[in-house]
Amino acid sequence: MNPTDFIWPALGGALIGLASALLLLFKGRVAGISGIFGLALSSPRDSGWRWAFVLGLVAGGVGYLALSPASFASTYDPGLPLTAAAGLLVGFGTRLGSGCTSGHGVCGLSRLSARSLVATLTFIATGAVTTWVMLNLVLPGA
Amino acid sequence: MKHLVSFATGVLFAVGLALAGMTQPHKVVGFLDFTGSWDPSLAFVMGGAVVVYAVLMRLVLRRGAPLLGGAFALPTRRDLSPRLLAGSAMFGVGWGMAGFCPGPALTSVGTLGTGPLIFVVAMSAGMLLHDLVFERIALARTATQPSC
Repeated sequence: MNPTDFIWPALGGALIGLASALLLLFKGRVAGISGIFGLALSSPRDSGWRWAFVLGLVAGGVGYLALSPASFASTYDPGLPLTAAAGLLVGFGTRLGSGCTSGHGVCGLSRLSARSLVATLTFIATGAVTTWVMLNLVLPGA
Repeated sequence: MKHLVSFATGVLFAVGLALAGMTQPHKVVGFLDFTGSWDPSLAFVMGGAVVVYAVLMRLVLRRGAPLLGGAFALPTRRDLSPRLLAGSAMFGVGWGMAGFCPGPALTSVGTLGTGPLIFVVAMSAGMLLHDLVFERIALARTATQPSC
Protein backbone atom coordinates (compact mmCIF):
# COMPACT_ATOMS: atom_id res chain seq x y z
CA MET A 1 0.00 0.00 0.00
CA ASN A 2 1.37 3.44 -0.98
CA PRO A 3 1.33 6.25 1.59
CA THR A 4 -0.76 8.31 -0.87
CA ASP A 5 -3.43 5.61 -0.74
CA PHE A 6 -4.43 6.80 2.69
CA ILE A 7 -2.94 10.33 2.94
CA TRP A 8 -5.37 11.89 0.42
CA PRO A 9 -8.44 10.09 1.80
CA ALA A 10 -7.53 11.03 5.38
CA LEU A 11 -6.77 14.64 4.40
CA GLY A 12 -10.01 14.88 2.42
CA GLY A 13 -11.83 13.43 5.41
CA ALA A 14 -10.19 16.02 7.69
CA LEU A 15 -11.48 18.80 5.38
CA ILE A 16 -14.98 17.28 5.57
CA GLY A 17 -14.70 17.30 9.37
CA LEU A 18 -13.47 20.92 9.31
CA ALA A 19 -16.31 22.03 7.01
CA SER A 20 -18.85 20.32 9.28
CA ALA A 21 -17.34 21.97 12.37
CA LEU A 22 -17.47 25.40 10.69
CA LEU A 23 -21.15 24.93 9.85
CA LEU A 24 -21.77 24.07 13.50
CA LEU A 25 -19.71 27.04 14.73
CA PHE A 26 -21.40 29.62 12.50
CA LYS A 27 -24.90 28.23 11.96
CA GLY A 28 -25.30 25.76 14.82
CA ARG A 29 -26.37 23.08 12.34
CA VAL A 30 -25.25 19.51 11.68
CA ALA A 31 -23.73 18.93 8.25
CA GLY A 32 -25.92 16.01 7.22
CA ILE A 33 -26.18 16.27 3.45
CA SER A 34 -29.38 14.25 3.03
CA GLY A 35 -31.14 16.30 5.71
CA ILE A 36 -29.92 19.63 4.33
CA PHE A 37 -30.85 18.76 0.73
CA GLY A 38 -34.07 16.93 1.59
CA LEU A 39 -35.41 19.73 3.79
CA ALA A 40 -34.36 22.37 1.24
CA LEU A 41 -36.45 20.49 -1.33
CA SER A 42 -39.48 19.89 0.84
CA SER A 43 -39.98 23.16 2.67
CA PRO A 44 -39.25 26.83 1.93
CA ARG A 45 -39.02 27.45 5.68
CA ASP A 46 -35.41 28.13 6.73
CA SER A 47 -34.24 26.85 3.34
CA GLY A 48 -31.94 29.76 2.38
CA TRP A 49 -28.84 28.50 4.16
CA ARG A 50 -29.58 24.94 3.00
CA TRP A 51 -29.70 25.93 -0.67
CA ALA A 52 -26.54 28.01 -0.15
CA PHE A 53 -24.75 24.94 1.26
CA VAL A 54 -25.96 22.72 -1.61
CA LEU A 55 -24.91 25.37 -4.13
CA GLY A 56 -21.52 25.44 -2.39
CA LEU A 57 -21.19 21.67 -2.84
CA VAL A 58 -21.98 21.97 -6.55
CA ALA A 59 -19.67 24.98 -6.99
CA GLY A 60 -16.86 23.27 -5.10
CA GLY A 61 -17.27 20.30 -7.39
CA VAL A 62 -17.15 22.51 -10.49
CA GLY A 63 -13.98 24.21 -9.24
CA TYR A 64 -12.31 20.90 -8.44
CA LEU A 65 -13.36 19.50 -11.81
CA ALA A 66 -11.63 22.41 -13.57
CA LEU A 67 -8.38 21.62 -11.76
CA SER A 68 -8.58 17.82 -11.77
CA PRO A 69 -11.08 16.17 -14.13
CA ALA A 70 -9.60 12.76 -13.27
CA SER A 71 -11.06 13.08 -9.75
CA PHE A 72 -14.52 12.58 -11.25
CA ALA A 73 -13.70 9.68 -13.56
CA SER A 74 -15.00 6.30 -12.52
CA THR A 75 -14.44 2.80 -13.78
CA TYR A 76 -17.75 1.71 -12.23
CA ASP A 77 -20.95 2.26 -14.20
CA PRO A 78 -24.13 0.33 -13.38
CA GLY A 79 -26.07 1.89 -16.30
CA LEU A 80 -28.86 4.44 -16.19
CA PRO A 81 -31.87 2.32 -15.05
CA LEU A 82 -29.98 1.00 -12.03
CA THR A 83 -28.54 4.46 -11.32
CA ALA A 84 -32.07 5.88 -11.27
CA ALA A 85 -33.30 3.08 -8.99
CA ALA A 86 -30.29 3.65 -6.72
CA GLY A 87 -31.06 7.37 -6.52
CA LEU A 88 -34.66 6.66 -5.50
CA LEU A 89 -33.53 4.24 -2.78
CA VAL A 90 -30.88 6.66 -1.48
CA GLY A 91 -33.35 9.57 -1.44
CA PHE A 92 -36.18 7.69 0.25
CA GLY A 93 -33.88 5.70 2.55
CA THR A 94 -31.82 8.60 3.86
CA ARG A 95 -34.95 10.61 4.71
CA LEU A 96 -36.60 7.59 6.35
CA GLY A 97 -33.42 6.73 8.26
CA SER A 98 -32.73 10.39 9.20
CA GLY A 99 -29.29 10.54 7.63
CA CYS A 100 -26.54 9.33 5.35
CA THR A 101 -22.78 8.92 5.41
CA SER A 102 -22.23 12.51 6.59
CA GLY A 103 -24.99 12.92 9.18
CA HIS A 104 -24.76 9.45 10.72
CA GLY A 105 -21.29 8.36 9.58
CA VAL A 106 -19.37 11.52 10.49
CA CYS A 107 -21.40 13.81 12.76
CA GLY A 108 -23.32 11.07 14.60
CA LEU A 109 -20.33 8.82 15.22
CA SER A 110 -18.39 11.85 16.51
CA ARG A 111 -21.16 12.43 19.07
CA LEU A 112 -21.03 8.71 19.99
CA SER A 113 -24.70 8.40 19.03
CA ALA A 114 -25.98 4.82 19.24
CA ARG A 115 -28.59 5.57 16.56
CA SER A 116 -25.88 6.71 14.16
CA LEU A 117 -23.65 3.73 14.91
CA VAL A 118 -26.51 1.33 14.20
CA ALA A 119 -27.45 3.27 11.04
CA THR A 120 -23.84 3.31 9.79
CA LEU A 121 -23.32 -0.41 10.40
CA THR A 122 -26.66 -1.09 8.68
CA PHE A 123 -25.93 0.86 5.50
CA ILE A 124 -22.39 -0.50 5.24
CA ALA A 125 -23.78 -4.05 5.64
CA THR A 126 -26.56 -3.71 3.05
CA GLY A 127 -24.14 -1.77 0.82
CA ALA A 128 -21.62 -4.61 1.00
CA VAL A 129 -24.23 -7.26 0.18
CA THR A 130 -25.54 -5.13 -2.72
CA THR A 131 -22.02 -4.59 -4.04
CA TRP A 132 -21.39 -8.33 -3.97
CA VAL A 133 -24.62 -8.92 -5.93
CA MET A 134 -23.77 -6.15 -8.41
CA LEU A 135 -20.19 -7.28 -9.04
CA ASN A 136 -20.89 -11.03 -9.12
CA LEU A 137 -24.41 -11.41 -10.48
CA VAL A 138 -25.58 -8.19 -12.17
CA LEU A 139 -22.41 -6.84 -13.76
CA PRO A 140 -19.94 -9.73 -13.81
CA GLY A 141 -16.77 -8.82 -15.65
CA ALA A 142 -17.31 -5.10 -15.02
CA MET B 1 -24.46 37.60 1.47
CA LYS B 2 -26.41 36.30 4.46
CA HIS B 3 -25.69 32.74 3.46
CA LEU B 4 -22.06 33.16 2.42
CA VAL B 5 -20.77 31.02 5.30
CA SER B 6 -23.11 28.14 4.43
CA PHE B 7 -22.01 28.39 0.79
CA ALA B 8 -18.31 28.42 1.79
CA THR B 9 -18.68 25.37 4.06
CA GLY B 10 -20.41 23.59 1.17
CA VAL B 11 -17.43 24.40 -1.08
CA LEU B 12 -14.95 23.14 1.52
CA PHE B 13 -17.01 19.98 2.04
CA ALA B 14 -17.00 19.32 -1.72
CA VAL B 15 -13.23 19.85 -1.95
CA GLY B 16 -12.75 17.37 0.89
CA LEU B 17 -14.92 14.77 -0.86
CA ALA B 18 -13.14 15.17 -4.21
CA LEU B 19 -9.67 15.19 -2.62
CA ALA B 20 -10.60 12.01 -0.76
CA GLY B 21 -11.56 10.29 -4.02
CA MET B 22 -15.22 9.94 -3.00
CA THR B 23 -16.45 11.51 -6.25
CA GLN B 24 -15.26 8.33 -7.99
CA PRO B 25 -17.96 5.68 -7.46
CA HIS B 26 -15.46 2.86 -8.01
CA LYS B 27 -13.64 3.95 -4.83
CA VAL B 28 -16.88 3.60 -2.86
CA VAL B 29 -17.78 0.28 -4.46
CA GLY B 30 -14.18 -0.81 -3.83
CA PHE B 31 -14.68 -0.13 -0.12
CA LEU B 32 -17.96 -2.04 -0.02
CA ASP B 33 -16.41 -4.96 -1.92
CA PHE B 34 -15.16 -6.74 1.22
CA THR B 35 -14.89 -10.11 -0.51
CA GLY B 36 -12.91 -8.74 -3.48
CA SER B 37 -9.87 -6.45 -3.70
CA TRP B 38 -10.89 -4.26 -0.79
CA ASP B 39 -10.13 -0.51 -1.07
CA PRO B 40 -9.92 0.95 2.47
CA SER B 41 -9.97 4.61 1.28
CA LEU B 42 -13.47 5.32 2.59
CA ALA B 43 -12.48 4.13 6.07
CA PHE B 44 -9.67 6.70 6.10
CA VAL B 45 -12.05 9.41 4.87
CA MET B 46 -14.56 8.64 7.61
CA GLY B 47 -11.77 8.26 10.18
CA GLY B 48 -10.18 11.60 9.25
CA ALA B 49 -13.54 13.35 9.32
CA VAL B 50 -14.59 11.82 12.65
CA VAL B 51 -11.29 12.64 14.39
CA VAL B 52 -11.36 16.29 13.29
CA TYR B 53 -15.09 16.79 13.88
CA ALA B 54 -15.15 15.00 17.23
CA VAL B 55 -12.50 17.39 18.61
CA LEU B 56 -13.71 20.63 16.97
CA MET B 57 -17.38 19.90 17.75
CA ARG B 58 -16.60 19.69 21.47
CA LEU B 59 -14.69 22.99 21.33
CA VAL B 60 -17.50 24.68 19.37
CA LEU B 61 -20.19 23.46 21.79
CA ARG B 62 -18.39 25.15 24.69
CA ARG B 63 -19.77 28.37 23.26
CA GLY B 64 -23.28 29.21 24.35
CA ALA B 65 -24.52 29.85 20.82
CA PRO B 66 -23.47 29.77 17.17
CA LEU B 67 -21.57 32.83 15.86
CA LEU B 68 -24.40 33.87 13.53
CA GLY B 69 -27.04 33.73 16.26
CA GLY B 70 -29.83 31.31 17.09
CA ALA B 71 -29.15 28.14 19.03
CA PHE B 72 -27.29 24.91 18.37
CA ALA B 73 -29.65 22.41 16.74
CA LEU B 74 -28.40 18.90 17.49
CA PRO B 75 -30.33 15.66 17.02
CA THR B 76 -31.98 14.59 20.26
CA ARG B 77 -33.58 11.24 19.39
CA ARG B 78 -32.08 8.15 20.98
CA ASP B 79 -34.50 5.37 19.98
CA LEU B 80 -33.49 2.64 17.56
CA SER B 81 -36.68 2.85 15.53
CA PRO B 82 -37.81 0.55 12.71
CA ARG B 83 -37.68 3.57 10.41
CA LEU B 84 -34.01 4.17 11.25
CA LEU B 85 -33.18 0.57 10.40
CA ALA B 86 -35.36 0.29 7.30
CA GLY B 87 -34.23 3.64 5.93
CA SER B 88 -30.54 2.93 6.53
CA ALA B 89 -30.90 -0.51 4.93
CA MET B 90 -32.55 1.03 1.84
CA PHE B 91 -29.90 3.71 1.64
CA GLY B 92 -27.14 1.08 1.75
CA VAL B 93 -28.70 -0.84 -1.14
CA GLY B 94 -28.80 2.29 -3.32
CA TRP B 95 -25.29 3.26 -2.21
CA GLY B 96 -23.93 -0.13 -3.24
CA MET B 97 -25.81 -0.08 -6.56
CA ALA B 98 -24.50 3.28 -7.78
CA GLY B 99 -21.47 4.01 -5.58
CA PHE B 100 -22.98 7.40 -4.77
CA CYS B 101 -24.26 8.84 -1.53
CA PRO B 102 -25.86 12.30 -1.40
CA GLY B 103 -22.72 14.45 -0.86
CA PRO B 104 -20.53 13.05 -3.66
CA ALA B 105 -23.51 12.94 -6.05
CA LEU B 106 -24.27 16.64 -5.53
CA THR B 107 -20.56 17.46 -5.78
CA SER B 108 -20.44 15.65 -9.16
CA VAL B 109 -23.42 17.47 -10.69
CA GLY B 110 -21.09 19.95 -12.42
CA THR B 111 -19.58 17.20 -14.55
CA LEU B 112 -22.96 17.16 -16.33
CA GLY B 113 -22.43 13.41 -16.63
CA THR B 114 -25.66 11.47 -17.06
CA GLY B 115 -24.80 9.23 -14.06
CA PRO B 116 -24.66 11.99 -11.39
CA LEU B 117 -27.51 13.96 -13.00
CA ILE B 118 -29.91 11.00 -13.17
CA PHE B 119 -28.89 9.96 -9.66
CA VAL B 120 -29.56 13.43 -8.18
CA VAL B 121 -32.92 13.77 -9.95
CA ALA B 122 -33.98 10.30 -8.74
CA MET B 123 -32.66 11.02 -5.24
CA SER B 124 -34.70 14.24 -5.11
CA ALA B 125 -37.78 12.30 -6.23
CA GLY B 126 -37.13 9.68 -3.53
CA MET B 127 -36.84 12.37 -0.85
CA LEU B 128 -40.04 14.12 -1.96
CA LEU B 129 -41.83 10.77 -2.20
CA HIS B 130 -40.80 10.05 1.40
CA ASP B 131 -42.25 13.35 2.56
CA LEU B 132 -45.44 12.75 0.59
CA VAL B 133 -45.95 9.25 2.03
CA PHE B 134 -45.18 10.17 5.61
CA GLU B 135 -47.13 13.41 5.58
CA ARG B 136 -50.14 11.37 4.38
CA ILE B 137 -49.60 8.87 7.20
CA ALA B 138 -49.30 11.67 9.76
CA LEU B 139 -52.45 13.33 8.40
CA ALA B 140 -54.38 10.05 8.45
CA ARG B 141 -53.33 9.48 12.06
CA THR B 142 -54.53 12.89 13.22
CA ALA B 143 -57.76 12.43 11.26
CA THR B 144 -58.58 9.11 12.93
CA GLN B 145 -57.85 10.36 16.42
CA PRO B 146 -60.99 11.19 18.39
CA SER B 147 -61.46 14.92 18.70
CA CYS B 148 -62.52 15.72 22.21
